[in-house]
Amino acid sequence: MVDTSVKLCDIQLKNPVIPASGTFGFGHEFAHWYDLNVLGAICLKGTTKDPRFGNETPRIAEAPAGMLNAVGLQNPGIEAVLETELPALRKLYSGPVIANISGFSKEEYVFCCEKADQSPHVDIIEVNISCPNVQSGGMSFGASAKDAGEITKAVRAVCKKPIFMKLTPNVTDIAEIARACEANGADGISLINTLLAMRIDIKNRKPVLANTTGGLSGPAVFPVALRMVWQVYKAVKLPIIGMGGVSCPEDVVEMMLAGATAVQVGASNLQNPFACPEIIDGLPPLLERLGVSRIAELIGAAHY
Amino acid sequence: MKKGSYIIENTQQIAKNTYRTRLKGDTSAIVAPGQFVNIALAGSFLRRPLSVCDWDEKGLWVIYKTVGKGTSALSKLEPGQKLDLLTGLGNGFDMELAGSRPMLIGGGVGVPPLYGLAKRLMKQGVRPLAILGFNTAEEVFYEKEFAELGCDVVVATVDGSYGQKGFVTDAMPQEGTTFFYACGPEPMLKAVYNRTNTSGQLSFEERMGCGFGACMGCACRTKYGAKRICKDGPVLMKEEVVW
Ligand SMILES: Cc1cc2nc3c(=O)[nH]c(=O)nc-3n(C[C@H](O)[C@H](O)[C@H](O)COP(=O)(O)OP(=O)(O)OC[C@H]3O[C@@H](n4cnc5c(N)ncnc54)[C@H](O)[C@@H]3O)c2cc1C
Ligand SMILES: Cc1cc2nc3c(=O)[nH]c(=O)nc-3n(C[C@H](O)[C@H](O)[C@H](O)COP(=O)(O)O)c2cc1C
Ligand code: FES
Repeated sequence: MVDTSVKLCDIQLKNPVIPASGTFGFGHEFAHWYDLNVLGAICLKGTTKDPRFGNETPRIAEAPAGMLNAVGLQNPGIEAVLETELPALRKLYSGPVIANISGFSKEEYVFCCEKADQSPHVDIIEVNISCPNVQSGGMSFGASAKDAGEITKAVRAVCKKPIFMKLTPNVTDIAEIARACEANGADGISLINTLLAMRIDIKNRKPVLANTTGGLSGPAVFPVALRMVWQVYKAVKLPIIGMGGVSCPEDVVEMMLAGATAVQVGASNLQNPFACPEIIDGLPPLLERLGVSRIAELIGAAHY
Repeated sequence: MKKGSYIIENTQQIAKNTYRTRLKGDTSAIVAPGQFVNIALAGSFLRRPLSVCDWDEKGLWVIYKTVGKGTSALSKLEPGQKLDLLTGLGNGFDMELAGSRPMLIGGGVGVPPLYGLAKRLMKQGVRPLAILGFNTAEEVFYEKEFAELGCDVVVATVDGSYGQKGFVTDAMPQEGTTFFYACGPEPMLKAVYNRTNTSGQLSFEERMGCGFGACMGCACRTKYGAKRICKDGPVLMKEEVVW
């Protein structure tokens, strides 16, 4: 028997496969397809202080081996998530839960992270710093080491639970951002969020997405994500949740070899609702073929 | 909702750029006309949503216009080829609201789901009036099929090359109907909304990431808050629609 369990900070996951934020709602839809308890953990939809409708539609476009989304963080707000969505999820699922927090100001991040930290149903807090900083010109918090460090420090001050800072790939030097998060008290790093992208409709000569631009994800981005996980593993000592284009057990192994302790699966859930359980079922035979008895031994094993 | 493998039994061209494909497989998840399937096609990452035109115990029919990569690829697949489908998606039309004389209003490839609806209404002893709108004569399909069910059928073409000249709204009677069901392009739905004096249901389209309620890709505002076209729709009540 191969051991597929991994430890994320002090939290035991029965396997390293976690559905990614925004592609799994609050779990209810997927409970129709399979028993959620097979998952290593669940990451919730990005949550803000107030309810948000998000961007206008169309919000979705296709890409070669992937998709663009510009959902714009539609969510019912932190209160509703903690008081309604999470207790409902808990009736279906007893494993680890990762809350995903977004904000448009430092105060909003602090407010939401503090609330999530107090919830008995949340095990890890993932802080999505890809959002635009409304107070300073709309550039993403995650695009500057200074902003990323400041948000980390601020949320650290109000949280006892493990904090994973979720990085945007739309930066020049991902290692520098990860180091700023580590220096300010993060417990781990999640990466990557989507790559800034766009499509144009050649018939009406207009952008496909109402928001003009959106985020590219899916198998197309896997090699980019892998390269960034590799770079961050070299730069910091923190555990990494790797994601971006993961769609099969082989991708999980590759991500872990690059340095990930656990792996999130995003767009693949939308294409195939059984993506996560199929990947999980495929891990033991793959590991056996590779002669691996404990999946955790793969973490960072490709580094020299 | 179910995910399963389906076999292409046959495909026919039924009008200009318009095809009908029969897919054999499990239809137990389909519970109402107006629901849709989401079809995975080799070469495309996202599935393609298509309304179920009709179904029986052994399979289902879809009717579609070849507007891009996915629908063109589908029209070219050979009988015997397998496809992965999610079925039983969306709410579908509520037949209990029909009353004694419902009006079915379809525009272009909005017509197909109304056929399955008409068939089931007739089975319940309700005889609908079907108003089918197309741009031009070569695009017209299913007039005969609706008539064979026993419905009253009016066809309108925008250029007047077939049936009545004008839009579906020009062919709608002012009175005598109890309810309406509409599916078609959004400008048509809006015109129908403005020109009907009974209650009704309208079926909407949106670009979809998943088709089963998980991604929030297909959100739409209604009088009762945000809804997902794929899960809470695609059929909305006239009274809740916000334009
Ligand atoms: C609930 C629902 C039911 C539908 N039923 C039918 C039907 O019965 N018959 C029919 O001909 N068409 C129907 N459509 C529209 C059909 O989904 C699109 O024509 C089809 O997805 C186009 O794919 P493509 O690859 O040929 O076009 P492309 O333009 O190459 O597609 C690119 C992307 O945009 C999406 N897209 C393009 N047009 C639409 C559209 N109008 N609605 C939603 N997504 C779109 C595609 O799914 C794909 O992800 C329905 C749409 C929805 C949402
Ligand atoms: C439809 C959709 C919605 C998303 N919403 C969020 C979100 O709310 N918060 C977040 O941190 N990331 C969000 N993401 C990003 C994913 O969590 C993930 O980082 C990214 O898609 C890369 O993984 P993938 O290639 O497996 O999809 C979203 C992605 C998609 C496709
Ligand atoms: S398409 Fe994903 S929620 Fe509707």
